[in-house]
Amino acid sequence: MSLNIVVLAKQVPDTRNVGKDAMKADGTVNRAALAAIYNPEDLNALEQALRLKDRFPGSIVTIVTMGPGRAAEIIRESLYRGADVGYLLTDRAFAGSDTLATSYALSCAIKNLPKVDVIICGRQAIDGDTAQVGPQVAEKLGLPQITYAEEILDVKDGKITVKRRLERGVEVVEGKLPMLVTVNSSAPSCRPRHAKLVMKYHHAKTITEKQEQHDDYMFMFDARPYLNITEWSVNDIKTDMNWLGLKGSPTKVKAIENVVFQAKESKRLVGSNSEIDELMKELIANHTIG
Amino acid sequence: MNNIIVYLEIEEGIVADVSLELLTKARSLANRLKCKLEAVAAGHKLDGVGEQVFSYSVDTLYLADDARLSPYTSMPHTSVLVNLFKEEKPQIALMGATSIGRDLGPRVSSALFSGLTADCTSLEIGDHEDKKEGKTYKDLLYQIRPAFGGNIVATIINPDCRPQMATVREGVMKKEVFDPQYKGKTKQLDVAKYVSDTDFVVSVIERHIEKSKSNLKNAPIIVSGGYGLGSRDNFKLLEELATVLGGEVGASRAAVDSGFADHDQQIGQTGVTVRPKLYIACGISGQIQHIAGMQESAIIISINNDENAPINAIADYVITANVEDVVPKMIKYYKQNSK
Repeated sequence: MSLNIVVLAKQVPDTRNVGKDAMKADGTVNRAALAAIYNPEDLNALEQALRLKDRFPGSIVTIVTMGPGRAAEIIRESLYRGADVGYLLTDRAFAGSDTLATSYALSCAIKNLPKVDVIICGRQAIDGDTAQVGPQVAEKLGLPQITYAEEILDVKDGKITVKRRLERGVEVVEGKLPMLVTVNSSAPSCRPRHAKLVMKYHHAKTITEKQEQHDDYMFMFDARPYLNITEWSVNDIKTDMNWLGLKGSPTKVKAIENVVFQAKESKRLVGSNSEIDELMKELIANHTIG
Repeated sequence: MNNIIVYLEIEEGIVADVSLELLTKARSLANRLKCKLEAVAAGHKLDGVGEQVFSYSVDTLYLADDARLSPYTSMPHTSVLVNLFKEEKPQIALMGATSIGRDLGPRVSSALFSGLTADCTSLEIGDHEDKKEGKTYKDLLYQIRPAFGGNIVATIINPDCRPQMATVREGVMKKEVFDPQYKGKTKQLDVAKYVSDTDFVVSVIERHIEKSKSNLKNAPIIVSGGYGLGSRDNFKLLEELATVLGGEVGASRAAVDSGFADHDQQIGQTGVTVRPKLYIACGISGQIQHIAGMQESAIIISINNDENAPINAIADYVITANVEDVVPKMIKYYKQNSK
């Protein structure tokens, strides 16, 4: 048995390592100061897909990502780790999409692919932390979903068994394929790049990237078709423009504020015995403790 | 019509705290909007739900009671809400930002093409003027939430689509009984009309849900550890201090992500929001997303060997030293001097 597996992955600004220059004076985010990374939970998702491919040889792992041209990096990174093929969904018409418009675009792209058995994506992306795109893609495709997955335990007889990690416990669930699965950060980390695959896909490019840099390797792309990363615009997938971008987004951002906390005047201590004794004495005396 | 509906999360017949917190908030929103407060529960053996929620001033309680609706699975519960919302046309629908609400909410919003904002930290009612379209919107739900890893706070609105949907984490809103005598009415939903047999495509084979081990939300004293502690072992020291003082142990997201502490110990925007009378932050640098979840603590002590740790700015006491040195001294003094 071989499976057609689609992994939805997103390139995100690294919001976990926000430096002092990450916010502009006007309180908006300085995206340029944040490194663009592979959304961490999408890497957990990729690993689950690659494990299925290990178990069922002949399976195809397809990466679909939506974003600007530089998001092709996500596809290369996935190819280095064992994915087979990637599609970059890129178009100005997608700009300003909220989770629902994003899900609509992704679902249209997936409909454009050969019949899919399993769609796997990270539970949420660290730039928004909404966890909405996975379930919304499932709904748009009319597929069931299993969220908060920690491990895909088995695929057998057209059924998938998944262990879910919830706030206060675990659940093992079973459902019929095709299925969309979202994966938690508690799932195993993604395998590293494979040196041979890095060699193989090092020059993989989208058509835009090829047009931007005419190097000596251009002859390769015809001889080695796997180096061509497919780029899809709205014209390549069947979409209704009313459901895309700002128009297709029911939520609007009314205001954005920088987060500022009220600083207090603090008492500074170095942690000597007498200081700590004094502090504890004070806390006991004013009934904070005890 | 045009009311507020709160989705009630039920575990073994008990309504989750987060749902009661949402009812409390929703009552104040309903008063402001002069509409009714309604609630919906889907599950099995829901007879006891009414007495748990009416005192939170629920006017109408919808019950979808069917053995197949418990435990929760995505599609059947989605169908209950989607069809109920189509009939009742609520202006606002709220649910907990839990593994259930965050599984259910997006699916419902996609089916209805209504906007959903996840993990709101505040909900308000206000107007909106769309200058470009020359339109004014009255009494919208302001869905206020952190974004970008907590570095910004965004106010989100859904001008045109209904219901305006939002999820809120447990512990963010306060839970308060409105009137113990309040009487609402119960409406049983005919489940067969709402849910189709084909919705039952996922089945739960095994389920181990523990009662929350940590009681952070209500703890008067919290000893909390960050990435700076370096290991799970070092958290034992914090546990000792917490036990001695009668408090609970919390953790920052970085500590949880590194496996030093458990998920339900996480304090911050993506964890629990706490307001203890004493918060002892050990080896916590103080990322915005953490501070947002504990800044209302009455007294904050920061123990950190980095004197420039951002958390120090909001601390009442800044102890620039190693956690391993300071915490034992605190334990020792307290043991010797408390009755």
